[in-house]
Amino acid sequence: MSTTADVTVAPRIESMVELKRMANRLRIEIVKMIGAAGSGHPGGSLSEVELLTALYFRVLRHNPKDPHWLDRDRFILSKGHGCPALYAVMAEAGYIDRSVLGTLRKMGSPLQGHPDRRFFPALEANTGSLGQGISLGIGMALAARLDKKDWHTFVMTGDGEIEEGQNWEAAMFASYHKLENLTVIVDYNHQQLDGFLKDILDPAPLAAKFEAFGWRTLEIDGHDFNQVIPALETARAAKDGKPVCIVANTIKGKGVSFMENNPAWHGVAPKPDEVAAAVAELEAAAKKI
Amino acid sequence: MSSTTVPNAKPKFEWKMGVATREAYGQALVELGKVNPNVVVLDADLAKSTFSAKFQKEFPDRFFTVGIAEANMVSIASGLALAGKLPFASSFAVFLCDKGMDQLRVGAAYSRANAKYVGSHGGISIGEDGPSQQSVEDYALMCALPGFVVLSPSDEFCARALVHRMAEHDGPAYMRTGRPKAPILYGPNDTFEIGKAKQHGNGRDVAIIACGLEVSYALQAQAQLADEGIDARVLDMHTIKPVDEAAIANAAKECGAIVTAEEHLLDGGLGSQVARAVGKTCPAPMEFVGIDNTYAESATPDQLMEKYGLTAPFIVKAVKAVLKRKSR
Repeated sequence: MSTTADVTVAPRIESMVELKRMANRLRIEIVKMIGAAGSGHPGGSLSEVELLTALYFRVLRHNPKDPHWLDRDRFILSKGHGCPALYAVMAEAGYIDRSVLGTLRKMGSPLQGHPDRRFFPALEANTGSLGQGISLGIGMALAARLDKKDWHTFVMTGDGEIEEGQNWEAAMFASYHKLENLTVIVDYNHQQLDGFLKDILDPAPLAAKFEAFGWRTLEIDGHDFNQVIPALETARAAKDGKPVCIVANTIKGKGVSFMENNPAWHGVAPKPDEVAAAVAELEAAAKKI
Repeated sequence: MSSTTVPNAKPKFEWKMGVATREAYGQALVELGKVNPNVVVLDADLAKSTFSAKFQKEFPDRFFTVGIAEANMVSIASGLALAGKLPFASSFAVFLCDKGMDQLRVGAAYSRANAKYVGSHGGISIGEDGPSQQSVEDYALMCALPGFVVLSPSDEFCARALVHRMAEHDGPAYMRTGRPKAPILYGPNDTFEIGKAKQHGNGRDVAIIACGLEVSYALQAQAQLADEGIDARVLDMHTIKPVDEAAIANAAKECGAIVTAEEHLLDGGLGSQVARAVGKTCPAPMEFVGIDNTYAESATPDQLMEKYGLTAPFIVKAVKAVLKRKSR
């Protein structure tokens, strides 16, 4: 266990243009990874890219060279199926070599189908069964408070995931205990496996629900760094005794036109020609950044 | 590891009733809290019943009641453990294990979190509250989780010691405690280790392997059998997983017949664990005392233990049945 105190080690991208380029590069990696794996969840991976880019290159206090640094911020991907995006951003941040991304879902890979600390110890929690991440984050936030530490815990959930009842047990607890050192980000891409939320079990109005549970909420465009970064920084700095829920409106499949807003791409891998088309589209978009 | 023989283990009937194992849990938590500032205790609105309230009284800053929300509690405990704390989370066994199963699986077992879970009011000896409160599946559920240690202490000394062993053990662990007062079988100088059975007597006719309250019934059966010239040994298998294979193999080899006794369904509990060890090491005929494929009902604990076949006469009957099948 290290006690490194140098926070400047966190990789940082200052310019908006470079952040956008990073997000674009992550999307290309996600499409290639899932294509090579032959299975996975592209839609919900592509929707969370800006949120993860902002976390790992602007907001989180972390050190990829010392992943178990005791004073690091914790990030839990409660929507575990979105892990290709997490793996890609962690590779770009320096936790693993980019070449490892090609092993997603393959035997022995650190990049398991859902996050697994046994294979990738830098991950904070094993997830994949939905609805547990906020509760795990509460445990971490309580530990920080008991130890009088100022590290922050971030949890990202899906919007379909919010249908799980445990989230609301956790929401009651976090506000009652004034866990201002806990932030939940809902990747509100409006779709789940079987289709659109509005046709299945719509959690709307989502922010109002969290507010009713005693949380401070921020509603943003989850693809706009000019909204994402200030929201995450505000949440991290909050000292008003309330946990923060960032409701991030996103587009499932963002960046790949044939995947956008199409529930069919929740959990289906692109075929080689589809990978090529998606990469071509993303590379063309990169030139316009 | 070999089993520990309790010296002069004559069947004891001058038992004093001790406190319930759940109360011993509360006492042990306070002992732990005094020496380990990392211990954090959680409960789900049953702190007075599980006796975690003893810890709450001494260390209010390190105690959290989550309300009636067991799934949340189980995951919070895992989160605390992943951040370096030593959490103990307790509720009634039936709510902790059954409502928290997916959280125990993913957040504790699969994540290898160093979190400890204690389910009170195990078995049917909770009595009048009836089947919705009676945990008869917890051994099976918890033994099914890779990496979990599963404990079921027989008396207050065993329970207190095992709470400390749980704290020292690096990894997820579950302990069942009971509602009624438990007969005192041990003393303050007895030592207990995870995975190491306590042997009572060296009988070579039959081995009775029991856990929890059933150990006291097994000792009663042992005395009755002795009067009839049958020399039984009793193994207090307080650790159901990892079960003491060496002690079981030894018992199978030396006795050639085994009876298990547990306050649990016959599916997936102590009997299953012992049968696997016997089959692997030294096959011998076995009989099983436990709850047979049913839920119980409301009645006094004593009435229920008798009606559902868990008292000493049923163990004696099982011994006689297994001896008929013994091949020497």
